[in-house]
Amino acid sequence: MSAWVAREHHRFEAAGKPFVYLVPSAAIFALDDAADSVLRTLSARPYTREELAIVLGGATAVGRARSASTLDADSLDAAIAELTRVQAIGKAAAPVAPTPKVIPLAPFPLTTMVLNVTNQCNLSCTYCYEYGEDKIVDTENGKQPKFMSEETARESVDFMLKESGSNKLAHITFFGGETLLNFPVLRKTIAYAKQRAAEVGKDVDFSLTTNATLLKPEIIEFLAEERVGVTISIDGPREVQDKFRVFQNGTGSYDIVAPKIKELLRRHRSRPIGARVTLTSGKMDVKRIYQHLTEEIGFWEVGFAPVTTSPNRAHAISDGGYDEMLSQFRDLAYEFLETTVAGRHHGFSNVKETLEELHKGVSKAFPCGAGLGLLGVATDGDVALCHRFAGSDAHQLGTVRDGIDRQAQQTFLEQHHIANKTDCHTCWARPLCSGGCYHEAHTRYGETTHPNLHYCNWIRGWTDVCLRIYGELSERNPAFLAQFDDEEMKELVS
Amino acid sequence: MNHLKAINKKAARVERATLREPQGRPEPGRGTTEHDVVALQRTGLPQAPHFPVGCSLVFSPGWEADRTGGTAGLCQPVERDLFDCHIGCYWPAQVPDQLNHAPDWTAKCAAAQKDWRKIDLIFP
Repeated sequence: MSAWVAREHHRFEAAGKPFVYLVPSAAIFALDDAADSVLRTLSARPYTREELAIVLGGATAVGRARSASTLDADSLDAAIAELTRVQAIGKAAAPVAPTPKVIPLAPFPLTTMVLNVTNQCNLSCTYCYEYGEDKIVDTENGKQPKFMSEETARESVDFMLKESGSNKLAHITFFGGETLLNFPVLRKTIAYAKQRAAEVGKDVDFSLTTNATLLKPEIIEFLAEERVGVTISIDGPREVQDKFRVFQNGTGSYDIVAPKIKELLRRHRSRPIGARVTLTSGKMDVKRIYQHLTEEIGFWEVGFAPVTTSPNRAHAISDGGYDEMLSQFRDLAYEFLETTVAGRHHGFSNVKETLEELHKGVSKAFPCGAGLGLLGVATDGDVALCHRFAGSDAHQLGTVRDGIDRQAQQTFLEQHHIANKTDCHTCWARPLCSGGCYHEAHTRYGETTHPNLHYCNWIRGWTDVCLRIYGELSERNPAFLAQFDDEEMKELVS
Repeated sequence: MNHLKAINKKAARVERATLREPQGRPEPGRGTTEHDVVALQRTGLPQAPHFPVGCSLVFSPGWEADRTGGTAGLCQPVERDLFDCHIGCYWPAQVPDQLNHAPDWTAKCAAAQKDWRKIDLIFP
């Protein structure tokens, strides 16, 4: 009789019950005692059906007495059949065929275009990937103009509307440098995009990221009026913000930005406004930063991301730093859980984003949409993987004038598929991570194709936390998770 | 299902997709594919490491001849299952050495699907 083995999975407990996250399908099942004991037993080593009956069934064969917790033969067979059906277990003699490497068909519709309207910035944040020693593009003496022209912006809009294919909705995100340094072009681009989208029967949606230093009443008025989604780069209370986010003369920016942000939050009510925090090796106090930005400043949501940098920089997060970050994220995630169960809003956006992916059962062949549904545009109209690579010749995928370079795009997708990342093949978190950020990999390892091995434990730890939160919510507040159904439906309908 | 409960959307889809594929315990009289002969009859993906019938897995120096100088001891697929060796085999020297000794081996074979019969054995 052939033996059964457990297939790739991650077992976790939530609300006192066992669950399993299956890999690579990303399906989540709740297990009863029978299924759980079969899966746990098989996780240790292969067993035949008869051995399982002995180990789990009270074992008349070895003369042990049956206890109440033992499995009868029918339950055992049924549990084996159901676990096999969802591929949580399988026959040891029949190894799983590798997941086929499927490259998305071209032309893949463009969902989001990130427009780098300038590569200049009025701050000199010391950790910034764009200007520091880790920079990819020379923005000071390079070939790119420092500001995007109106003409290039218009060509980009036409490019976006054309490449969005059959999608009815197009997203345009303005980025920099400091985006608002080129506010005149931004304003005209929005007007042009609305007009052109209306002509071709599409909707267009706008957002931007800014450091908030240049916000003033007329700009705030415009952003609110046009329903532009705003993300503010801010690191937290004064002592945290002023450590890295400084002007060229070294003065901190907190006192300049805090009142402007409060004014923005007061006036701009048409879209939720989020803060985006860069975490560094220094004093990391996620909860304090979150409290400050939500309660004292008034942000609706706060998202955290570890700084992207080569490992030898002083602000780079070390292995121990990732452990520390995970433990602080876990605390805030459980605060999110309790607040959500109580039916109130909690703005820790990292956990919400992961919950949405877990709910849908996303299993990624590529870590993000860069080069696929998302493209970045440099100030001269060169199209790149994403905003972080905008202007880099090595990562160019065409221009807004000539369209997407399909050959380059195809080569990129061939080279970056999860099937090529051998290191990831035994990792249970790969459906969500898929090797991680291309830019992070480029900065750390000099190769966009390289998986981000320096934060594997962090990713697995964080995915485990989110799975537990997900399991708890499925028991204690399933209505909260239903909101992600609606968003999926909305996308399908639009 | 009684022992598993689908929690997320993907689990519900897995459950729906496997509705008509009972596995594990076949109904009496209805076999599953797990005991099928899979040798040269390829239905779907191979269930185990796939070695075509006759694959010797042994490298015979000289490739066109076995160690006795004949062809009987060569791995058999060279006569019948070219693609398994020429493309899939980890040891490419098991098929004629096209680079040095048999450059015209596939000259008459413009499209393998159509012309594979024209690829002949190479005798020592």
